[in-house]
Amino acid sequence: MTTHYLVLSALLFAIGAVGVLVRRNAIVVFMCVELMLNACNLAFVTFARQHGNLDGQLIAFFVMVVAAAEVVVGLAIIVTIFRTRRSASVDDANLLKY
Amino acid sequence: MNEAVPSYLSPTGQEIVFLLLGAVAVGSALLVVTTKQLVHAALWLVVSFGALAGCYLVLTAEFVAWVQVLIYVGAVVALLLFGIMLTRAPIGRSPGLDSGNRVVAAIVAVATAAVLVTVVIDGFRTAYADLTPGRGTAGELGSSIFRNWVLPFEALSVLLLAALVGAIVLSRTDIRGR
Repeated sequence: MTTHYLVLSALLFAIGAVGVLVRRNAIVVFMCVELMLNACNLAFVTFARQHGNLDGQLIAFFVMVVAAAEVVVGLAIIVTIFRTRRSASVDDANLLKY
Repeated sequence: MNEAVPSYLSPTGQEIVFLLLGAVAVGSALLVVTTKQLVHAALWLVVSFGALAGCYLVLTAEFVAWVQVLIYVGAVVALLLFGIMLTRAPIGRSPGLDSGNRVVAAIVAVATAAVLVTVVIDGFRTAYADLTPGRGTAGELGSSIFRNWVLPFEALSVLLLAALVGAIVLSRTDIRGR
């Protein structure tokens, strides 16, 4: 049972990773990051269940709160970039390239 | 691979529910990554998060499941939809949504999944958590937060305030210093 949950968590993490690598719109990249965070949360809750204490569930709760804060700031940054460069594509924000 | 699992050949109700929810979660996550329409990606994300909330419920983590529904399904996806609309994304099919490094991404994803699944199966082959209801209610989690985790909780509240102020500063145009 624990193995099944952890395998599901690993699969979701891999799907999120391929989304971050392959998608071009910054907001969809954000969604895939959220997917990866959720996969980690599932692993935390599974381990909490496995060991019979609540610390894993609490850390999953903290991860959710931090992810909410991250979404707020990240979307503000994306909207600001869109305002100046008229594009939400991650390929267009290339000023840091040499 | 699961010799130690007692009910591998005759799955219990919990396992059937988990398998269904896991299939829904993985399928909708794949659709988030592969769909050609931005708004559909956000909506499939709702399905994936909902299935994960169901998984938390099966794992007897009630509080985490409801927080998942409130924060992710309620707040984060709504924010993402607002972001999609604010950046004037095309509503219909948009062909240029994937970048060119699809092969590299597929290789990285397969490698990640293979390593993680191998390690997990190798390390937790004999682990079997007998699921009994009980722990994970809001009351128990609350007493644990305010007994053992007070400092991280307070730090999180400061972090939320900082994120709020930062988002306001970033999105207002009339308080730039130039």
